[in-house]
Amino acid sequence: MNRIIKFYHEMGSPPSFYRITSHWLTPLLVLALGLTLYGLIDGLFFAPEDYQQGDSYRIIFVHVPAAWMSMFIYAIVGVAGIMTFVWRMKVAEAVMMASAPIGALFTAVTLLTGMLWGKPMWGTYWDWDARMTSELILLFLYIGVMGIYAAYDEDPRKAARLAALVAIIGLVNLPIIRYSVYWWTSIHQGSSVSLMGGSNGIQDWDMLRPLLVMALATKFYFLYSMLSRAQSYLLKTEQHKQWVSKAIDGQARHKPGVSS
Amino acid sequence: MTPTRKKRLLLILMVALGVSIAVAIFLTAFKENIMFFKSPTEVSAGQYPENRNFRLGGMVKENSMQRIPDTLKVEFIVTDFAQDVTVQFEGILPDLFREGQGVVTIGQMVNKDLFVAEEVLAKHDENYMPPEVADALEKAKTQNAKYEQGGIE
Repeated sequence: MNRIIKFYHEMGSPPSFYRITSHWLTPLLVLALGLTLYGLIDGLFFAPEDYQQGDSYRIIFVHVPAAWMSMFIYAIVGVAGIMTFVWRMKVAEAVMMASAPIGALFTAVTLLTGMLWGKPMWGTYWDWDARMTSELILLFLYIGVMGIYAAYDEDPRKAARLAALVAIIGLVNLPIIRYSVYWWTSIHQGSSVSLMGGSNGIQDWDMLRPLLVMALATKFYFLYSMLSRAQSYLLKTEQHKQWVSKAIDGQARHKPGVSS
Repeated sequence: MTPTRKKRLLLILMVALGVSIAVAIFLTAFKENIMFFKSPTEVSAGQYPENRNFRLGGMVKENSMQRIPDTLKVEFIVTDFAQDVTVQFEGILPDLFREGQGVVTIGQMVNKDLFVAEEVLAKHDENYMPPEVADALEKAKTQNAKYEQGGIE
């Protein structure tokens, strides 16, 4: 228990956050790339075709993990936003602002892959049903968080607090996206995968496996990308602090090759 | 927690609560507008806009689809297993359009019993499976049906 508290405090201080997460980047990237490669090959070549959609359903191996990430990352942006607003933690600011563009990217991928699937399956690229509209609003929320931060350039710490406020207010959209297909009639189908199991959705393990692998791969990619972006954010906002020059010196000394 | 942090936390909780209530009220007030389509039950009860397009959604009733000869017109029944509405459509149906499958049609009621659709969208369900599994399920279903029929006789 004491070790967990110690770890939490260490992660809250920019120099030790930078030092600790530096060691994680390479393994995270290797895991992300390896699992993506395996998941895509498994999903595109080895998973059986669907009884109704044939091969067109294979976009699910990108669409669904991306959609999960779009919401998962927003939850992280929101929680980091609360920590930014209430505790004024620098690392939380870094995590929030580092996560937002990655989340926006996953949201855009979700919307685009959904449109590509929608045309042949539903007969339309886009319609304003509750699921699609709320996912589009999620994209605007991400853009809002980034936009407000960029617009207020006098004081990055104050800018982060303003962005945090938008992020926190936007949290209300997450349950709306999740339950939109159950609260209202929609053209989008319900969830095919649920934690509780159930007898509907995807039961076939050869279909489910690549989906779960891709879900894991996107998580590792997010962690890799978020941590390296958060590091740059801290280096930039703390550039006049001593630990930054030390960290950069240390890296320069170790070059060329692996960092520490 | 220091008093300032407590104050900030309280402030943020109040903001979150306020926004949630506002959004909940908004969504309840516009429930009808957020609904993507109307069901055959609603339409049969006369709850639809007249002379204006709306969406009607449900299942395509089994064995209800018929092509009108020498035209591109098709006629089928959309059902929610309580009420049926007859739909006429001229054009090309989406790939997933099938009897027993979900469908969303956009058009209007020309009279009390006929919906003329300008657009037909297929609604896919959340079930994905390989063809062999679907075949096996279908076989089991027909066998079960036979067994039950046998039981009645």
